[in-house]
Amino acid sequence: MATTVRGLAAQGIVCPAPVPAHDRVQLGHGSGGKMSASLLRDRFMPRFSNRWLDELADGARVPYDGLEVAISTDTFVVSPLEFPGGNIGHLAVHGTVNDLAMVGASPRYLSVGFVLEEGLDLALLDRVLDAMARSAAACGVEVVTGDTKVVDRGKGDGLFVNTTGIGFPWPGFRPSPTRARPGDFVLVSGPIGRHGMAIMAAREGLAFSADIESDTASLSPLVDSLRLDVGDGVHCLRDATRGGLASALNEIARSSHVGVELAAGVPVPAAVEAACEMLGLDPLYVANEGVLVAFVTRERADAALAALRSHAVGRSAVAVGHVTEAHPGIVVQRTALGATRVVDLLPGDQLPRIC
Amino acid sequence: MCLGIPGRVIDRRDDAGLAVGTVDFGGVRREVCLAYVSDEVEVGDYVVVHVGFAISRVDEEEARRTFEVLREMSQLEELGWMADLADAAEGVQP
Amino acid sequence: MKYLSEYRDPDLARSLVDRIQRKATRRWTLMEVCGGQTHTIVKQGIHEVLDEVVEMIHGPGCPVCVTPLEQIDRALHLASRPDVIFTSFGDMLRVPGSECDLLQVKARGGNVTVVYSPLDAVQLARKHPDKEIVFFAVGFETTAPANAMAVWRARELGVENFSVLVSHVTVPPAMVAILEDPANRVQAFLAAGHVCTVMGWEEYEPLAERYRVPIVVTGFEPLDILEGIWMAVGQLEDGRHEVENQYVRSVRRDGNRPAQDLVRTVFHTVDRGWRGIGTIPASGLGLRPEFAAYDAELRFGLEGIRAEESADCRAGDVLRGHLKPYQCPAFGSRCTPERPLGAPMVSTEGACAAYYNFGRMHAAAGA
Repeated sequence: MATTVRGLAAQGIVCPAPVPAHDRVQLGHGSGGKMSASLLRDRFMPRFSNRWLDELADGARVPYDGLEVAISTDTFVVSPLEFPGGNIGHLAVHGTVNDLAMVGASPRYLSVGFVLEEGLDLALLDRVLDAMARSAAACGVEVVTGDTKVVDRGKGDGLFVNTTGIGFPWPGFRPSPTRARPGDFVLVSGPIGRHGMAIMAAREGLAFSADIESDTASLSPLVDSLRLDVGDGVHCLRDATRGGLASALNEIARSSHVGVELAAGVPVPAAVEAACEMLGLDPLYVANEGVLVAFVTRERADAALAALRSHAVGRSAVAVGHVTEAHPGIVVQRTALGATRVVDLLPGDQLPRIC
Repeated sequence: MCLGIPGRVIDRRDDAGLAVGTVDFGGVRREVCLAYVSDEVEVGDYVVVHVGFAISRVDEEEARRTFEVLREMSQLEELGWMADLADAAEGVQP
Repeated sequence: MKYLSEYRDPDLARSLVDRIQRKATRRWTLMEVCGGQTHTIVKQGIHEVLDEVVEMIHGPGCPVCVTPLEQIDRALHLASRPDVIFTSFGDMLRVPGSECDLLQVKARGGNVTVVYSPLDAVQLARKHPDKEIVFFAVGFETTAPANAMAVWRARELGVENFSVLVSHVTVPPAMVAILEDPANRVQAFLAAGHVCTVMGWEEYEPLAERYRVPIVVTGFEPLDILEGIWMAVGQLEDGRHEVENQYVRSVRRDGNRPAQDLVRTVFHTVDRGWRGIGTIPASGLGLRPEFAAYDAELRFGLEGIRAEESADCRAGDVLRGHLKPYQCPAFGSRCTPERPLGAPMVSTEGACAAYYNFGRMHAAAGA
């Protein structure tokens, strides 16, 4: 039975069969790259647009009775559920705590929603819940309400969890993705790429072992120090999660309509660099769970670095670039030879390559 | 094409007739097939690895020699910013 | 990382750049064959800093880019079968076929798995005796020994639920095709360091002789590329046309004999189509009849799947070096990494993707 697959007819200088529009959700839509952005822009925003959502910050500060309340939500779907450095429970608490911190709020209350797969080992569930309880206590947040559902075997990766957080914004402290300005310094609180590579190392099919642990951690104390020591000089804060540092910088560059120039060296732990070399991955795009990026005024950059470094999680904080008027919306990096390369959003997930 | 990364052989064994070993790439370790370098590689040697296969043994002597040539060449440059290179590290880092 | 990081030393790089600029008495046109070399050149901006003395034309050294549309369609067909676990290197997942790509097949329920090594696919076959495991065996000569070993091992271990979809290509015929093209402007080549690690450089000597082109076997790190360019420019300035080896830490003249032997045992030379270029005789590898049992095309009856390339596709011009990616009218508008029209925009090694991701500033400056 012969099957003839025809390429679409050429029209002048058009390349072979253009790929028709996607009709299904793909994994790339969850990567934090361009596909994620277009899913948001084309399907979600038109239906839900309002002035808080439109800011596309890590959380929303909404008015209540003359004051403000911050709210943020995050859903965790990591596989494997346990990995070097922690488990999904740590991510679930830290992720939402960090999102609230990034909009300048003090995290206070969490709700948790679980989708459990039939057959999940209860001892594993206990370990996840223990991690959540310990992390919540350490962060000073309380889990005040929750929900649990169970789905048939095969319908979930063991466990999906959503956390939604409420926090109280600090008056006068209002970092926002729209506030980056030319001349601002770009700081990162620590070396990049640990979480994503720890997960990769734990995945079947790419089997390698490495001294890489997830960096999952609460960034709230770092933000507190920034608020106290730098205050309004902090223009933007973002935790650099899926899509890596590159995605966080691109989002801010676009929201603020400014250009970002990165220096040649961004801190990457040796083992992460080695793992990335092996798989042909760029650390700039690898997920983190305990790294924040801060855009601060030049005058306050030193104070900001000192504030970050006063915490164990931020001890390796360093300036990695600055904001420019040139090429608004675009992030570039200087190469060792003095040329520039564009650091764009990837379309979807970064894939290991042989080429 | 062809992502090939150098790593150090830290052990070798036989897996049902196939020569394999563990290779360390700057802190990351993976099992690598050593069949194509089996006769020339010992534990401690460096190999270039492509898709889980060692395709060559790194000739460390050649590497050192030619790297020295590169450094000497740059030291002969009469440009201001080259002055510091004369004091640069000795050959390859451990 | 030892034997890697040292070859990124910025001071030595700048000194090499300076030497090349002083060595050249005119502008020369070079081609780097390998996609990995293109990646380094564009990412580091080597083409930018050397622009006055060297024009780098990017060659067809990206097996992802040159895999024929037909093979992609066959892969998509296999991946859609419920009894198949389709395994592949990550590079192939976003290459557009006639209707979609492997990631979309995965979205529709196909079992598509990325593996790092072909032997991992054989392992998977042993783990899932109820499924058929197919491995997408693409690549140049560098990857052929690994793919050959996977087939060999499957046979040795009696793994019957394993087969390979082969799309291997070899470099020298492609270089000949470029050199025979009347519109060719390439004056010297940087040959692919890892291809030559396997194959050695003997087969390039007749090419250098016959076409009077310098060929420098070159590595992949910035210092390697710069040293390779320096050696090539040196030959051009002297009027020499030899094969030289820059990548001495890995390449020897006769290459890796055991690897070549197993490749010859499992594969034989066949004609192969190169996407965007057409069929180049004797430019590919196919499974020998003795290993037909492991040939996915035969096992699954795929010979009937045919695809037609657009004759006007510009990807071919880019792959042959006649067109810079940013000179293609679709570049960056109708064709982007998110919505690629052709393979060079998909592969991270493809010239179009490299320019889109790294080189847009240079292109905007108007080269």
